[in-house]
Amino acid sequence: MPVWAWVIIGIVVVLILWFFLIFNGLVRLRNQVKNAWAQIDVQLKRRHDLIPNLVQTVQGYMQYERATLEAVTKARNIAQQTIGQGPAAQAKAEGELSGALTRLLAVVERYPDLKANQNFLALQEQLTSTENKISFSRQFYNDSVFNYNNKIQMVPSNVVASMTGFKQGEFFKVEEAAEREVPKVSFEQPKP
Amino acid sequence: MWEQIRSNQVRSAILVAAMGILMLAIGFGLGYAFGNGIAGLVIALVVWAIMNLIAYFQGDSILLSMSRAIKIGPDDHPRLYNVVEEMKISSGLPKMPDVYIIDDPALNAFATGRDPNKASVAITSGLLEKLNRDELEGVIGHEVSHIKNRDVLLMTICSVLLGTIVILAWYGSRALIFSGGSRRSSKGGGQGQLIILAVAIILMILAPIMAQLIYFAISRKREYLADASSALYTRYPEGLASALEKLGASTSQLKSANQATAPMYIVNPFRPKGRAATDLTSTHPPLSERIRILRAMAGGASYADYDKAYQQVHKGGAGVMPAAALAAAGAVGLRAAAPEAALKEPEPSRLERTREVGDLLWQKSGYKFIDCECGTRLKVPSNIGRATVKCPHCGRTHPV
Repeated sequence: MPVWAWVIIGIVVVLILWFFLIFNGLVRLRNQVKNAWAQIDVQLKRRHDLIPNLVQTVQGYMQYERATLEAVTKARNIAQQTIGQGPAAQAKAEGELSGALTRLLAVVERYPDLKANQNFLALQEQLTSTENKISFSRQFYNDSVFNYNNKIQMVPSNVVASMTGFKQGEFFKVEEAAEREVPKVSFEQPKP
Repeated sequence: MWEQIRSNQVRSAILVAAMGILMLAIGFGLGYAFGNGIAGLVIALVVWAIMNLIAYFQGDSILLSMSRAIKIGPDDHPRLYNVVEEMKISSGLPKMPDVYIIDDPALNAFATGRDPNKASVAITSGLLEKLNRDELEGVIGHEVSHIKNRDVLLMTICSVLLGTIVILAWYGSRALIFSGGSRRSSKGGGQGQLIILAVAIILMILAPIMAQLIYFAISRKREYLADASSALYTRYPEGLASALEKLGASTSQLKSANQATAPMYIVNPFRPKGRAATDLTSTHPPLSERIRILRAMAGGASYADYDKAYQQVHKGGAGVMPAAALAAAGAVGLRAAAPEAALKEPEPSRLERTREVGDLLWQKSGYKFIDCECGTRLKVPSNIGRATVKCPHCGRTHPV
């Protein structure tokens, strides 16, 4: 075979290898996005699991706050049912749960005995941390989507992406999720 | 983030290669001075390989046991464990690192482990007592990013190279001085031989210094990157800045650190007292500068924002972040002092934190706690050898 044929074969081989390399990179980023999304659910589930324990601990101290406690339990049950019903419904339910929890913890301020309870303090640390973990897992999800979308749009990986049908990822928007809504906390004195 | 790690890998690889060549040169030069360059090369490689094997398989456990670090679980110190887990999530580490506490009043923290699947984070009890949650998050974010960016592996490779060069130069220069002369005269070599010998001796003297400078340069770059990553993971550069401020105010030195392990810590454990002249020969950039950069990050928490802040502090000039990191950086907002501010727990006071850490250390060294009705907490060692113990305050007896 003449030299130019070898050169062409060489170029084709290099191109194919390069194509595989970029393709694999895209797959890795897409999987990272998927995994990051799954991580958010893990953290949300962790919060659901904490709530029965919290309600039980608090109950003995707060006989007059039945409505607040029931609201938390109800919001938690609804949130648990919405897992798997799409991000929008889930985000709404979780937002309501966050609101109910905030109201509960605001009410706790009136019960100094409860605030000194070791069990409750431990639970509060877990709750705070779980809230952080939820927001950090969303943050990481968005960072992953950002990297993935960048790769899909930028030369030269955009060529491979459009040839093999990679679609852009969707960001998680807090505004849409009604999470930013400041929950209303009433400062009325508890009725005796 | 992938891009960023890769571009750094290229740059670091060049520096590591430079150190490797230096090591081979010294091995060859040493061998040549004794009549066989290849033999010297082989000796250098064997020393290097042995040290590498030790560092690769035992490095982290050596470091942790040398520091007398105590491993803790999620129930031992929930806040610390949770903060590490939060940073694990926000950095996207594949696996939760092991968490250690070092019983030492000095303020420091380090990360170790050759890859993200097998990593550890350690913090001194002194630092844990001093920091609030936001500051702790900043420090842990810094350490986690050392793991995420594979700095630990890189610095291990570098310190092994450095160590090999130092060992070769030390023994080589002694061997040359004490036996080189006689060898030369017996062989009756000409002037060429003499020149080679001179070059070898100069190399023996210069190589360790050069290697050390390269090592410091790599380490300093990594510190800036880890600070920037911490700001990105926490979205709150002020947390790390205020933690660094507390670290800078302390004067106690960590007993268990040594030169080779210094880059792993968040601040240089051997701090010369505020001298700018030592900048070139330090594993860490000056603390005041790191704080100023973090505080100058007004616009956001991305790598680009850190780079801008760096240039601002350095009055123009080149930035410090790799180009690929900047290209991939989008707008990243900062967050308020605490995420989800409404659910913020009351921050434990300094005293409570000290008691928390103290109790944990007692417990981990086998002490048992008995709460007396008078409010005293008795701490009983495991080898007390008695069935009951008396409360020193009120005189009640308790079964052990």
